[in-house]
Amino acid sequence: MTERAPKRIINHMITVLYFARLRETLGTGTERIALPAAVRDVEGLRALLVGRGGEWEQALAPSRPVRAAVNQAVAHGDTPVADGDEVAFFPPVTGG
Amino acid sequence: MTVRIQTADFDVSAEIAALRRGNPRIGAVASFIGVVRDINEGGTVAGMTLEHYPGMTEKAIEEIVVQAQARWNILDSLVIHRVGRLKPTDQIVLVVVASAHRGDAFAACEFIMDYLKTRAPFWKKEQTGGGERWVEARVSDDIAAERWRLKG
Repeated sequence: MTERAPKRIINHMITVLYFARLRETLGTGTERIALPAAVRDVEGLRALLVGRGGEWEQALAPSRPVRAAVNQAVAHGDTPVADGDEVAFFPPVTGG
Repeated sequence: MTVRIQTADFDVSAEIAALRRGNPRIGAVASFIGVVRDINEGGTVAGMTLEHYPGMTEKAIEEIVVQAQARWNILDSLVIHRVGRLKPTDQIVLVVVASAHRGDAFAACEFIMDYLKTRAPFWKKEQTGGGERWVEARVSDDIAAERWRLKG
């Protein structure tokens, strides 16, 4: 058997954007987050943010109608999130 | 296919003339113009601010137009959506579809608009007498977009 290289600890950084009512409620439009290894998809990231409590818990609670995008494409709960991704959370759209 | 997001107003006549120029295959042009009303959800609206997701907005609309191109014979198309501060009577959105025959132009124009309402990342914030409020998404818009799926 070949010897395995020791696992390096890498900080997987992602950019998270918030729009409209969410941006106002959370008080931020963009942030960089070091992704814990356990977070692999949009649902996991949302749960991580809910874990911050306060406004985060209320605004992003599973019962809230929050939409998401990964790398500027519509995403769902099971859409994977990986190093370098741009993830966005926002309310249902109201353009046109 | 042209998709533009801009703060400036647009001249419908000039935009359609530019789209048609030099293309004798075009036999039909359908257009839709969305306009700011002064009343919504029973309240008086003094103005609104349109926010969007730069980058994703353009991609989302282009994707909608590609879907329309797959369903109808479209010779050319144009979507302009304004962002920033707008007031009642201002134009918000323009969709123009050019085709050989009216059936394709009418249907594709309505399809693009219905999908834009539910899929393109824009958000309206209204200024009313009682302060500012974010506009809530409408179920009727979801139904309007969904019916195209049944026709597919």
